[in-house]
Amino acid sequence: MALLQATYREAGIVTVLDLSGRITLGEGSALLRTTIRELLEQQRLKVLVNLGDINYIDSSGIGELVSAYTTVKNRGGELKLLHLTKKVHDLLQITKLYTVFEVHSDEPTAVRSFSTPTA
Amino acid sequence: MADQKHLNVTLDTQVESVNLAEEMCLRVAEAAGFDEDDCYRIGMSVREGVINAFHYGNQERPEKKIYLAVDLTADKMVIHVLDEGKGFKLEDVPNPLAEENLLSTSGRGIFLMRSFMDEFDVVHGRTGGAEIIMSKKLPGADNHSSNDKGGQSAASQQA
Repeated sequence: MALLQATYREAGIVTVLDLSGRITLGEGSALLRTTIRELLEQQRLKVLVNLGDINYIDSSGIGELVSAYTTVKNRGGELKLLHLTKKVHDLLQITKLYTVFEVHSDEPTAVRSFSTPTA
Repeated sequence: MADQKHLNVTLDTQVESVNLAEEMCLRVAEAAGFDEDDCYRIGMSVREGVINAFHYGNQERPEKKIYLAVDLTADKMVIHVLDEGKGFKLEDVPNPLAEENLLSTSGRGIFLMRSFMDEFDVVHGRTGGAEIIMSKKLPGADNHSSNDKGGQSAASQQA
């Protein structure tokens, strides 16, 4: 069972968080939590979470994604999702979270969708 | 019914038990002929059942045990997950799809098990804790059993 791996990179004003593996109870959920905390400490408030290589999320992982969303939003930021696999898409759909998250399938479009800071 | 198979495992209350239970049940499901999608649903349901026992039932207390049982009958795979907690009633579990619960960071496990399995119920187990009983119809079994998402009693059909 592939553990979660998380790396991030800049795409203009947006930080793309590339995740791969499983977001599940234990290390997976914990790594997502600490990574989001790290991004917020660096004032990276526009976060695009790339789930293209995530093949499995359990209820703990779903909870962690929701927590990331609300944490970033409460800090005045935005968190959106990119490249859902079919399993993750179906999971978000049956849990109605598809209506909560803004989901994109194209990275440049997703990056452009974030609001630009006013001067 | 001569072909029944039974597996009983006692698990420690620790995170690793969640993966272990999922892997064991996945192997049984694969051997029973379930396709990839159903194996995923069964594996996820077992995972959620053991997470429930680990976290809510046993309160993550390492001295408590989780009892996993798998039965392969002539027409379905039945999974039992029993904890040593205080038990709970299904009607007391908040609906995770309700508008006010959508942003909750927990409480989706029962919903996922109900969604992914054909039958699902929670009864008062022999330990005094909650016993989750869920089943999935075997591939090729008669199409008479329900695919009810509302949590029909598997327990009553086990007696």
